[in-house]
Amino acid sequence: MPSGLHASSEFKPQPWRDKRMEVILGNLLRTGVLLSALVVLLGACIYLYRHALEMADYKIFRGEPSDFRTIPGVIESVRGGHGRGWIQLGLLLLIATPIARVAFSIVGFSIERDRMYVGFTVIVLAILLYSLLGSGFTF
Amino acid sequence: MTILLFTIVVAAVSFAAGLLGSLTGLGGGVVLVPLLTIFFHVDIRYAIGASLVSVIATSSGAAAAYVKEGISNIRIGMFLEIATTSGALLGAFLATWIPVRAIAAIFGVVLLYSAYLSRKPRPHAQRNLPPDPLATKLRLNGHFHDLEGMRTYNVQNVPTGFGLMFGAGTLSGLLGIGSGAVKVLAMDQAMRIPFKVSTTTSNFMIGVTAAASAGVYLSRGYVDPGLAMPVMLGVLAGSLLGTRILVKAETASLRLVFSIVILVLGLQMLYKGLWGGL
Repeated sequence: MPSGLHASSEFKPQPWRDKRMEVILGNLLRTGVLLSALVVLLGACIYLYRHALEMADYKIFRGEPSDFRTIPGVIESVRGGHGRGWIQLGLLLLIATPIARVAFSIVGFSIERDRMYVGFTVIVLAILLYSLLGSGFTF
Repeated sequence: MTILLFTIVVAAVSFAAGLLGSLTGLGGGVVLVPLLTIFFHVDIRYAIGASLVSVIATSSGAAAAYVKEGISNIRIGMFLEIATTSGALLGAFLATWIPVRAIAAIFGVVLLYSAYLSRKPRPHAQRNLPPDPLATKLRLNGHFHDLEGMRTYNVQNVPTGFGLMFGAGTLSGLLGIGSGAVKVLAMDQAMRIPFKVSTTTSNFMIGVTAAASAGVYLSRGYVDPGLAMPVMLGVLAGSLLGTRILVKAETASLRLVFSIVILVLGLQMLYKGLWGGL
């Protein structure tokens, strides 16, 4: 495409030149979402099998028990074979997917030797990890 | 209502919201919280927690497709994510402080504004602007390919865009929505980024923004597995189907219908927030 070549000679493109990195990022997101959906679905089967005929009630906010609020609580609940524990594990995987994407971008920007963007990405990752781990969500 | 019936009905409604949201480009999350609170009598905090989780699912699912096209600008996205994630963190903390009725009222106002935005014709912002020194320093300017060949663009008004993004993040964290409309507004109107690049980059950012407040919501016990499960699976399936049929569907009339739905839900939320009933 001659016009494209001409344009690129007078303009220096900045965004990721490495097309492979973009494909890897896309696959990472897709895999994370599919995996978490499968885990949620598994949990849904167990949960519905056991509780299908109980009454649903979300009118009054009670807050979730610690089993569903902390990572060790969720893992404990999964070990016990609880459907809701599995659902919560799937949701944790879902939240982890964009965080993994950000972490992976640090690698991408380092390969491009773009220090400024490695710095920006580290800031974003720190905010995300603080939200997940630092706001009362303890190990 | 039994749990089985509740799960099936909520999954079906979420599927429809995800499908319509993706077909019209207005997002499904914005109608989910009012639907759950008004018709299913779900406490708004549970509804926000479930909606937020579904926002991550749709954003990440769709971003996988966009990233391959190479239109979204990863540097613009990452730079602005500093603003949206810190805003989202603030919003999530505010949500635990602000009375439930005030959150409902704010939600109503945001819905009304979204309905207004969706009907307003997009003014053609001036393109081919000279490079802005700050944007150049931050390496935000970019290029993409379309039918006319390679197109380059120079990003403008970086501080304004950054500030608007902080606001978008706060709304997202406070209300459990993607606030894609505000993000596109900031990028398209303030920063003068081409519309195609704005929408795809915005979608890319929504998942990361939502993840920043999801951690806070989870640890505060706002995310109920029994409610989040049908919402997340329904919205994800609906939006994935929506991106498949997007090209063929006639979206103009669909957009009108959906913006009327948003308008009505906005009025209801505002009413409930101001005069009670939640």
